[in-house]
Amino acid sequence: MIEINEELCKGCGLCVAFCPKDVLKMSNKLTKKGIHPPEVINEKDCTLCGNCMLYCPDLAIVIGKEEKIV
Amino acid sequence: MKIVHPLIKYVRPGFLSTTNCAGCGNGIIAQSILRAVDELEMDIDDFVFVSGIGCAAWIPSPFFNADVLHTTHGRPIAFATGVKLSNPKLRVMVVSGDGDLVAIGGNHFIHAARRNIDLTVICANNGIYGMTGGQVGPTTPSGLKTATTPYGNLERPFDLPNLAKAAGAVYVARWTTYHARQLTKSIKRAVQKKGFSFIEVISQCPVQFGRRTGAGNAVTMMQNYKKNSVSIKKVDKLKENELKGKIIVGEFIDREEPELCEEIAKMRERIG
Amino acid sequence: MSNKVLTGLHFMQGDIACAEGAIAAGCRFFAGYPITPATEIAERMAKRLPEVGGTYAQMEDELGSMAAIIGASWTGTRAMTATSGPGISLMLENIGYAIATETPCVVVNVQRGAPSTGSATLSFQGDILQARRGSHGEYETIALAPSSSQEMFDLTIKAFNLAEKFRTPVFLLADAFIGHMREEVLIPDKSKINIVKRKLPPCKMSLNEYKSSLDENVAPMPIFGHGFKSHVTGSTHNSYGKRDVTNYEALDYEVKLLSKKISKHKREIISVDSEIKDSNVVLISYGTTYRAVREARKMLKRDNINVGSFRLITLWPFPEEEIEDLAKKVKKIIVLENNLGQIVTYIKAAVKGEAEVIFLPPQVLGTLHKPDYIVDKVKEVI
Repeated sequence: MIEINEELCKGCGLCVAFCPKDVLKMSNKLTKKGIHPPEVINEKDCTLCGNCMLYCPDLAIVIGKEEKIV
Repeated sequence: MKIVHPLIKYVRPGFLSTTNCAGCGNGIIAQSILRAVDELEMDIDDFVFVSGIGCAAWIPSPFFNADVLHTTHGRPIAFATGVKLSNPKLRVMVVSGDGDLVAIGGNHFIHAARRNIDLTVICANNGIYGMTGGQVGPTTPSGLKTATTPYGNLERPFDLPNLAKAAGAVYVARWTTYHARQLTKSIKRAVQKKGFSFIEVISQCPVQFGRRTGAGNAVTMMQNYKKNSVSIKKVDKLKENELKGKIIVGEFIDREEPELCEEIAKMRERIG
Repeated sequence: MSNKVLTGLHFMQGDIACAEGAIAAGCRFFAGYPITPATEIAERMAKRLPEVGGTYAQMEDELGSMAAIIGASWTGTRAMTATSGPGISLMLENIGYAIATETPCVVVNVQRGAPSTGSATLSFQGDILQARRGSHGEYETIALAPSSSQEMFDLTIKAFNLAEKFRTPVFLLADAFIGHMREEVLIPDKSKINIVKRKLPPCKMSLNEYKSSLDENVAPMPIFGHGFKSHVTGSTHNSYGKRDVTNYEALDYEVKLLSKKISKHKREIISVDSEIKDSNVVLISYGTTYRAVREARKMLKRDNINVGSFRLITLWPFPEEEIEDLAKKVKKIIVLENNLGQIVTYIKAAVKGEAEVIFLPPQVLGTLHKPDYIVDKVKEVI
């Protein structure tokens, strides 16, 4: 599963650019900060490679199996 | 249902949202450090993070929920030297920018390397003074137009890994933010290494460097890091013209030398 | 020599007495850079510290020396540096950092001829106002002026105690005369030396407990390595230690509290040495100039002229009320300084016209006032 924290996201687009499977795309939605956060468009192709998490400078994206549920 | 980011536990409560610009490489470096601490299964309370002044100094300060010493401009290595010498049990990591560490703080940098004191120094090198608005720095490529080199930079940039190596560092590596996985591994090595370790991270400043010099946005800059990087292992096989404009990445040195704090402890025993 | 405290009577150079005072005060970290006339302190510390389990660091410059002692202090270690004017000039930014971050440490300035490189081996009292106002911004500071080898020992201990108690850098303003002079120093038994311990927080602090991170009564110091997760910054910070650099209220709050921490405890910090009796004329001095005053008073006594002496042991915070009281008791105040008039302006302000203030520098700057020159001046004004 992929979680995007729209409050932390600054809309830089690194997660979209470095996703090898085109799972994400920048959305048209506008957040309170006035940025376009990414959205998940193709979750079934996600291999949990972790690139989006690795390159997100703002800890705004997290992927994982649903083990770590709070 | 929510999954929690595995590194959030290391973030100071109330400081999750950083002041970094969108796409800034600082966040990638911050996570690489925290990931290294996490993967090493070390207690972050055993660390002291020391930073100077400039955007990169805000990587640990106040973001990391640990002991953080946010010092004056150029001096973090000297502060860190005092911390380490007076309590060698602490793991001391300096995180700062190129202007802070090798322009105003260049003297402390080479001398700490010469002393081989057990510090891990991570330099976020964005090639410019970001916080003050994009002025030329000691790492700005020659010819580049910046806020204070409107006719192009006439000076040559420092080659930081080779500077550190020549000054006596025992572990030296260079990566870019694109190499976040290798960077994490390198930080783990540096933290465990006894002696002065230095890691340069070529990092994108999309606002002051990217916009001003035409290097593009964060995505373009990082894609270029990927495209232009050459492993140090392959450098010998390449001709000089093939290396032009390339970023040599990898481990520049990993050697054993007597470490200062250990030598001091031995001296104390010797004189009884 | 490996004794922690060199109890007994010694014939000791001022600089050495300062180093021994530091060792006796529990100083276990010294960072410095060689400079005349303070080098002997570094040399003695380099020898003594390893003997007592401490660390000497010879840094690449004075900026680094000041930085290193602040870093050491944050690990809970008593730390000191010693230098002369040119070194202090380089240290001032980090001295300001120590003030802002409430870091206890001792900074010894063995003053020499200045400005600039000046005269390395000549004595001077040129850095008195620098100690008060040298770093940028608004702050209070503590500075002590020793006038003998014995006081190089005693006041170094006092400097550490004040630094630890009030979480602030403390200056010891010596000069080349006192630094290089040899005289008797009596070092008491270790048990007789009063050591003030730094206040530490009880255990891991909650956010609410952090609220006292700025406190006019001096907050406990969350030193490194104890899980306090301290955030130490020279940036303007609020009551939680949280950086807040865009609010005038935060700036106002921090500056006032840091200043109040010292000014509120002035009575406890300030020490003066006053011998007035019924004299109408009083000589105000500090540091080495006091030695000339002492001699001049002896000579005047032989001529049956009774003049008082008022010696400032604490220069900063300035003993304003003490001077104000003094002015009400006497008619004339002669201020002796080995400079062109630094503390005299503060004295004039405190006197508020209650007595006549006469400034008396030595005939040749840098030299000690000749006692007969002081005698002549006294005879001229009475």
